[in-house]
Amino acid sequence: MTVLLKKPMHRRALLRGLLQGAAVTLPLPFLDCVLDERGEALAATGQELPIRFGTWYWGMGHTPGHAIREKRQTAPGIEFLEETQALAPYASQMNFFGGFGMPLDGRSNYTHHTGWVGSRTGFVPQSAADIPATTLDLIIADQIGTTTRFRSIDASSAGIPRENYSARSAESRGLAEISPVALYTRLFGPQFVDPNSSDFKPNPDIMMEKSVLSAFIDSSAAYAKTLGAADRQRMDEYFTSIRQLENQMARSLEKPAPCEACKLPERPAEPPAERLANVREIPNVIETHKVMAKLLAMAVACDQTRVFNMVFTDNFANVRRQGEANTHHLLTHMELIDPNLGYQPTAFWFNQRCSEALATYLETLSGIREGNGTLLDHSLIFASSETNYAKLHTIDGIPIYLIGKAGGRMKTGMHVVGGGDPISRVGLTAMRIMGVELRNWGAKSLQTSKPITDVMA
Amino acid sequence: MRRPLRFVVPALIAGAWLLAGCAEREPPVKPAPPSMRRLSNEQYRNTIADIFGPQIIIAGQADPLIRTDGLLAVGAATASITPSGLEKFYGLAKSIALQVVSAENRGGEFACRPENPTGPDDVCARQFFSRVGRLLYRRPLRPSELDLAVRSANQAATVRRDFYLGAAASLTNLLTTPQFLFIVEETEPDPEHPGRQRLTGDAKAAKLSYLLWNTTPNEALLDAAERGELNTASGLRRAVDRMMESPRLETGVRAFLDDFLRFDQFETLEKDSVIYPAFTVKVIEDAREEVLRTAVDLLLVRNGDYRDLFTNRRTFVTGSLARIYHIPVPRPSGGAWNAYEYPASDPHAGLIMQIGFAALASHPGRSSPTLRGRAIREELLCQKVPDPPGNVDFSKFEAADTLGKTARTRLTAHRTDPACAGCHKIMDPIGLGLENLDGVGQFRTTEFGERIDPSGDLDGHHFADAASLGQAIHDDPAATSCLVERLASYALGRRPADKPYLQYLDREFAADGYRVPGLMRRIALGPAFFAVGSTADPPRPVQTASLSAPHAESLETTP
Repeated sequence: MTVLLKKPMHRRALLRGLLQGAAVTLPLPFLDCVLDERGEALAATGQELPIRFGTWYWGMGHTPGHAIREKRQTAPGIEFLEETQALAPYASQMNFFGGFGMPLDGRSNYTHHTGWVGSRTGFVPQSAADIPATTLDLIIADQIGTTTRFRSIDASSAGIPRENYSARSAESRGLAEISPVALYTRLFGPQFVDPNSSDFKPNPDIMMEKSVLSAFIDSSAAYAKTLGAADRQRMDEYFTSIRQLENQMARSLEKPAPCEACKLPERPAEPPAERLANVREIPNVIETHKVMAKLLAMAVACDQTRVFNMVFTDNFANVRRQGEANTHHLLTHMELIDPNLGYQPTAFWFNQRCSEALATYLETLSGIREGNGTLLDHSLIFASSETNYAKLHTIDGIPIYLIGKAGGRMKTGMHVVGGGDPISRVGLTAMRIMGVELRNWGAKSLQTSKPITDVMA
Repeated sequence: MRRPLRFVVPALIAGAWLLAGCAEREPPVKPAPPSMRRLSNEQYRNTIADIFGPQIIIAGQADPLIRTDGLLAVGAATASITPSGLEKFYGLAKSIALQVVSAENRGGEFACRPENPTGPDDVCARQFFSRVGRLLYRRPLRPSELDLAVRSANQAATVRRDFYLGAAASLTNLLTTPQFLFIVEETEPDPEHPGRQRLTGDAKAAKLSYLLWNTTPNEALLDAAERGELNTASGLRRAVDRMMESPRLETGVRAFLDDFLRFDQFETLEKDSVIYPAFTVKVIEDAREEVLRTAVDLLLVRNGDYRDLFTNRRTFVTGSLARIYHIPVPRPSGGAWNAYEYPASDPHAGLIMQIGFAALASHPGRSSPTLRGRAIREELLCQKVPDPPGNVDFSKFEAADTLGKTARTRLTAHRTDPACAGCHKIMDPIGLGLENLDGVGQFRTTEFGERIDPSGDLDGHHFADAASLGQAIHDDPAATSCLVERLASYALGRRPADKPYLQYLDREFAADGYRVPGLMRRIALGPAFFAVGSTADPPRPVQTASLSAPHAESLETTP
């Protein structure tokens, strides 16, 4: 695997020494939303809009034959069936990828795990807990996320923080925010600097904090050199993390460029106690997701992050309907197929809710105007699940949607037929669109050097 | 809970001395490279409370550890810190530091008073960080580390025009360093074995302290370490026995049991409120505590036989739990704990019939013989259940005539289909023994109007019901060897590959009457505990999937 990564831009040298002159105005660099030369001009500032990357996850895939009308070959037009009808209004803003394969090279299909790991890392895991490589969102974040407060942000309405499908390894897998209030506080709490505010002044407390932190980082780096090789690797991860924290402070000290679409969202209300006790009841999941979608969208519009990950339901779909003994996942295996309908009606009902939630998410992103388009136009969303047909644990044909115009870098409206090609081609395509210069991606039979050029502008 | 350890520990010591003459020598183990274990959330909390006092509020927690080889404590040796995790650690540190220097708390933390509270005070800051830093890093701060802490405090005090806010700024960062967040095993040349390394005295103190107390070593233990006492057999024995007499031993035992029984699953446990209206958030909190109280009472207070955990009729309940168990308690309202002994006529007995086991190994809306069977095999007997295959034909379960029947009938395909039976025969038959307990642990005799048959077989040991299943586990040698393996792994921070060592501990555990404190003491005093090898990279341990609903659920419906 070849990944060309840009190192994070450090401004420690510039900011060091501020303690002696907190009141002195320094010519701090003017940061803006510029990233891509192909982005649209932002009317208010004349600057160009960045391209953002998001992932969206739902558990249990689709019901074959009732979600997307199958095609024999790649062609324009996606035909949404009853399970995915909610997505039909967005047909022209997305591509659907079906029929791609997940070759296991003799390894087991660890149910509800292998699928998401393979499609997001290009590697087949060796156990039900293994995450053998970095997920594509973090590869992209290492490239485009170094100039924002947060390299990436993870949120989940599924109520299980650990079930976050963004990781560098099993040991380095951050928690998703599961509380809208906590997500709000992290994004728009005291350290948030409104990019449209006219009276920016660097916060002297943060200057001081950053200066002290930087000195401690240097000291810890010297200490890390005394450790063994295996520990040094973990130390590297520690330093990656703490430098991101340092970067967050640095961002807070700089006058941000105005962001036309940025409006400070309202702080979500604390959920009532009964909802906290039933986080995974599907109406609560839907409500949490709706609130989080708005917060994430505004975090992106305010340029707090350019990579954002949302989990609607987890890979074991532990969501449930009140009074129903089985979770969504259990229903996919236990529920009888209705001979008249041809599918498991309650499991299908949950699948419909997933499609509706994705539509809500897209509605939120496309409801934010930016430049000559919307936030969705300037984003690329990789929406995927871990199975094709959950009832049988099939991992060939896992459905993936690539949604958004990516600032004009992606052609949309296509139903792409994989014909058994490795599913990693979709991930490689997404990364290439986002500007990651990868020659190839993945391992063994999942390794590919062929992006899907049909959708690349 | 008060424990008469003054009786327990002398008995352990006396027993050890009596056996000393004929005691078996501990077999050597292949030493592992020095480890670097990330503090667990509980260790972090305990450490802060012990250093700065229990009044310090710690709001929130950072990334949890990953369960590896059955234990989070083993996962700690490979855990790293993610950006979001570090952000949380920093936020916690900042909040803790401000509380420590607050007007209400500073009196206890600062032995000195700054000459000028509106500016830096080098002497006072040095005194503070020298004492606190030693406890946080579990060793004296190196001169450069102390200089940095003091210099940072002074600089920040200048900017903030406040000595205490300056100290808080520096303390925040001390609490975010890898030296604090990771328990690093530092080594030094071993004078008794030239050319080899041994753990430093401070590293030994930390290892002992986190095993026996689940917290940072206190000043007395660090003093003993720095005097070299932990490098001699007699000095080590004195230190361990002092620690075993401390009330903090209960914290250590609880921490091990919490990890061993996979109680981190409580964090995300939910039950359907329509199907189980009595199962409230309070029940979840109390169910975890019930198991721990019962175990501490048996294993520490009464210094009882570990195996009795599976047959024990004595428990502790609150009003919330009593409503689930349908038992009378003198104080049914409020959160008060009541000791309760099930009469011989009551079907309840032992750990596996407690809510903390039965509800945890169930689905949100129903019981699960498969999850329960798997939990008994993997958690209590340390027997690996194969992962479910990925190519299952679920049409075998589409038998409409099994709907509305008992679980035994519904799961017929698990037993009769050859592809299913391979794995399910080692889980379902024992899990069906707990079917008298519904998905939250309420006793029942029927399901869908049909009488439940809880009889079964555990590896040749017939049982008639859940209580006698508990007896079968009690009598199974795998239960005690499992405890030995897990406790040794917990102590060493890795699963020992040395069978002679584990077999030796098995034998000694049996000879001691299966007393857990005695086993902890034996492990702590044995050469294997502090053995350390070269710094070559160890083999990557095998991670195990959590038994929480996610991974185990699929077993319910796979052959």
